[in-house]
Amino acid sequence: MTYEKFLNPDIVAVPPSGIRRFFDIAATMKDAISLGVGEPDFVTPYHIRNAAINSILDGETQYTGNRGLPGLLKEISFYLESRYGTKYDPAHEIMVTVGASEAIDIALRALVSAGDEVLVPEPSYVSYSPSVIFAGGKPVGVETTAEDEFRLTPEAVRKAITPRTKALILPYPNNPTGGIMPREDLEKLAEVIREKEIIVISDEIYSELTYGGVKHTSFASLPGMWDYTLTINGFSKAFAMTGWRVGYICGPAPMLDVMLKIHQYSILCAPRAGQVAAMEALRIGRDNGYEDVIRMRESYDRRRRLMVEGFRSMGLDCFEPLGAFYVFPSIKTTGLTSEEFCSRLLQEKKVACVPGTAFGACGEGHIRCSYATSIDKLNVALDKMADFVKNL
Amino acid sequence: MTKLEMDLLDLLREDCRLPLEKLAIMTGADIQEVAETIDRLEESRVILRYAPTINWDLTDRERVEAMIQVNTSPQRDTGFDAVAKRIYRFEEVKSVYLMSGSYDLLVLVEARTLKELALFVSSKLSTLETVTGTSTSFVLKRYKEEGVIFESEKTDNRLVISP
Repeated sequence: MTYEKFLNPDIVAVPPSGIRRFFDIAATMKDAISLGVGEPDFVTPYHIRNAAINSILDGETQYTGNRGLPGLLKEISFYLESRYGTKYDPAHEIMVTVGASEAIDIALRALVSAGDEVLVPEPSYVSYSPSVIFAGGKPVGVETTAEDEFRLTPEAVRKAITPRTKALILPYPNNPTGGIMPREDLEKLAEVIREKEIIVISDEIYSELTYGGVKHTSFASLPGMWDYTLTINGFSKAFAMTGWRVGYICGPAPMLDVMLKIHQYSILCAPRAGQVAAMEALRIGRDNGYEDVIRMRESYDRRRRLMVEGFRSMGLDCFEPLGAFYVFPSIKTTGLTSEEFCSRLLQEKKVACVPGTAFGACGEGHIRCSYATSIDKLNVALDKMADFVKNL
Repeated sequence: MTKLEMDLLDLLREDCRLPLEKLAIMTGADIQEVAETIDRLEESRVILRYAPTINWDLTDRERVEAMIQVNTSPQRDTGFDAVAKRIYRFEEVKSVYLMSGSYDLLVLVEARTLKELALFVSSKLSTLETVTGTSTSFVLKRYKEEGVIFESEKTDNRLVISP
């Protein structure tokens, strides 16, 4: 039986993730070193795991309210205000979601009508454009380049805006480039937003992971931008809590209320144990100055330097990433495409990276390497890659 | 302690074979500064030695270990230090700690055979005049040492590649 006539052709037409092919090959290689992992190599801190276990043992196994546990909403409100200077009322302007992924999805579904355009900077996280399509909209790529340190320029945004543009996704600190948007750059972008009046969906999931003394600036904290911004964040990266699936979205109540409707009908609530764990993460963090986060960030920072230096000493151009846990070196001088480079590297040296093109066509000529892996393995991988590049 | 000193201790504690260049890159300090800092840490006896953690059970060497709780009569002026010194000078003794609680010194001893170890306790340790009593516990199995788990290989539960 063919199912073609039953399936929605718009969804069928969405290409599968460019990561999948490499996953299929790498997963069969037992001794491959993977620099393709998009999650922390730390386990969730013990006290956080333990809080969830205790809640389960105490019988806290029911649904929570649609918005999330009131205690968690309060902690999130306090956290955002104290860390980034953004004020959100826990009762009306914050909602807990199943990871930041759900937040992206419902934000787009709440905003986009058929044919609306959403600006998606590229290279960026693989799910933005498909999510726009699933919401019935049209993703419009806005290229960023290594020359601009993969920052989003106001000119590029202005040029991409049409009368159909509803929103801009602002994915910084950025996966896959490690690029960040310092305050000055955000201020320039804010002028465009003020003038063109579009909504900014600011995905700040890597906000705790910035390096080189640059602190993350939340877009909603800029003068006048709160009204135009949906701020998305979560616990996966900062607290090493990927598998718990807890994120959140914050913004003006009229927008949140519409999203809440989608969330309550399709999801009901984020998992309770995950919410308890997240609440513990913020509560203890508030008391001890987020020492777990700092410990992990310092560890990433050392490895970040190691990787940048490693690629540069191979003769590859490597822009210095100041965020997330990825480096995005250029492999243009090798004459290979990103796909070829990654395929051959995997086959010949058993090192897995992700081709830059998986994150948008303009990622061509780059590869994404995650440094959320032990120093030992990074050193071995760098040696193997140096050998590979030398013998091309 | 400076941040560089702490960073270097963290890194060396995990892998003391990391070359100076890599340590310099990871800490963002220059290589000369790293070398000097490590020298200083060695001279001031913060870093005492660079030694691997070995799982002897996988080697051919016969080896028994025991933890001995030792009660002593502390001496005027030197307290427990004098007796501790007497004890740590025996080459069988790997570690000595002064403890709070129901005994005074915890002594970790290593020998080739059970007999050798028994002989150490009966003829060398118990006969010290300031030692008033001992209680010896043999190590049956080692699970974790210096933060390293012996048996299980650390498993990475993450997907090999993820977005």
